[in-house]
Amino acid sequence: MTHAIEVEGLVKHYGEVKALDGIDLAVPEGTVLALLGPNGAGKTTAVRILTTLLRPDAGRAMVAGIDVLAEPARVRPLIGLSGQSAAVDERLTGRENLVMFGRLYRLDKATATGRAAELLERFGLSDAATRVVQTYSGGMRRRLDLAAALVVSPPVIFLDEPTTGLDPRARADMWEVIAELVAAGSTVLLTTQYLEEADRLADTIAVVDHGRVIAEGTADELKARIGGETLEVVVATDDELPVAQKVLASVSGSEPVVDRHTRRVQVPVGTGVAALVETVRRLADEQVTVLDVALHRPTLDDVFLTLTGHAAEDADSSQPAGTAAEVSS
Amino acid sequence: MIASQIQDGLVLTKRSLLRIPRVPETLMFATIQPILFVFLFAYVFGGAVPIPGGGDYKEFLLPGIFVQTVSFATATTAVGLAEDMSKGLVDRFRSLPIARSAVLVGRTTADLVLNVFIMFVMTICGLLVGWRVHTDAAHVAEAYVLIALLSLAMSWIGALIGMSVRSPEVASSAGIIWLFPVTFVSNAFVPTQHMPGWLRVIAEWNPVSSFCAAARDLFGNPNPFLGDSLPGRHPVAVSWAWLVVLFVVFVPLAVRRYRLATSR
Repeated sequence: MTHAIEVEGLVKHYGEVKALDGIDLAVPEGTVLALLGPNGAGKTTAVRILTTLLRPDAGRAMVAGIDVLAEPARVRPLIGLSGQSAAVDERLTGRENLVMFGRLYRLDKATATGRAAELLERFGLSDAATRVVQTYSGGMRRRLDLAAALVVSPPVIFLDEPTTGLDPRARADMWEVIAELVAAGSTVLLTTQYLEEADRLADTIAVVDHGRVIAEGTADELKARIGGETLEVVVATDDELPVAQKVLASVSGSEPVVDRHTRRVQVPVGTGVAALVETVRRLADEQVTVLDVALHRPTLDDVFLTLTGHAAEDADSSQPAGTAAEVSS
Repeated sequence: MIASQIQDGLVLTKRSLLRIPRVPETLMFATIQPILFVFLFAYVFGGAVPIPGGGDYKEFLLPGIFVQTVSFATATTAVGLAEDMSKGLVDRFRSLPIARSAVLVGRTTADLVLNVFIMFVMTICGLLVGWRVHTDAAHVAEAYVLIALLSLAMSWIGALIGMSVRSPEVASSAGIIWLFPVTFVSNAFVPTQHMPGWLRVIAEWNPVSSFCAAARDLFGNPNPFLGDSLPGRHPVAVSWAWLVVLFVVFVPLAVRRYRLATSR
């Protein structure tokens, strides 16, 4: 399979800080790769290198079969960039912005105007076409920003945190737009801090932390790495805890984690709902009062925690690489 | 190739021009300052500054104000570009398949248009306070072209500053602060004859003085002897030479800065 994006050993240092510490990526044509990681993990740096904005200290990067470092000018017509790394002119109207970008992609005036109208329609901005972008809501601005990257339908699209800072409604709208784009066959590299977003939009997820890819796979593969689902039971009294612990251990075949303070017993299970039914039945037989019982599918948050030893929100870019790995091992 | 590079520049010039009426304050303050200077200097200093060799101070003053005002084009350009940088627009432009000079060409050309408008307003004010030209159309035209090109050259210096400082707030002071000594230690507002010797030498060689003297020559306005040096004797030729130097130095520097520019 041909790769639309290929990256090998990309390194970028800012003084002492290693923004990228040797990243390898391969994105097959027509698929979506999400770079998932906390602020300061190096996601934006990777996008900036791939979109010719920044030169790495070491490594190789190919986009659409062209060497980004050797021939940046040949890469630019083939890519679209939107999100945190790019912007539209706030003093121009939505239409003026899109016509301008069309003209800069060397479309003639009529084609650029037609394309602008088409994109405004598609992104639900027709009514706001003649308003200055300054008056747009956050969601509208992001949609216009994305439209600006799609003026010439480039084969490879980079979306740098496309929904950061949007409210849930605007985020859902944006996801729909991106999903359509993907269905149309574009190759997309997406960066995000939102695990749900990567899960929803990407074929493959590369988890990035401290400038390295620490895990890569489909959402399901990543979830499988932390072992299926978790069964959780909360009992009414302290006396019932040992019984619940015994039942869960026997159902799952592994040692449950007990939180005495909340009287909660947790254990990973391989058999999902069957284990849940079996547990509830046996707890009833033992006459244990169950206050709450739940089966948790692992979220990518759990994946992140397992892989890095720290939650996605806690990451600190100034922390030297390696510390996190030591904690998790 | 050249044609498409010019087109990129034109598209971005249009973009910057579209912005001007959307931020009317910019235009207002850019125009009010030179108007104030014309009236303040003409009436406050007017009677107090004797012109060696005779002549009316207002006629002496106007070419100086022209040159000083267009020099401040540096700040306009610097702030505009720093703003584009901080908002991420420069990054978007840099990711596009456009000429590496297009963003700077667009901005500086739009600022040139703005400055030509300001020169027009100043001309009206000058005529109101009693400034007149005394030469033929060709000389007057040369004076205006010289001043307009100076404004363009100063914009390119501003482009370099704007791409270097990254924040619009810093750009507005970095683009202006050095211009006060540069424009005041010259013959723009007062003849150099009364300056201390060492300052007079600086003023004599200051390019601002050459441009002022050149404009006075070409307009036929009072033009006190600047000095016995090359710029003193041939202000028009020296001004053209300065323009060449400014463009040759600052255009490549600004474009290089743009290529390497990065907002973070």
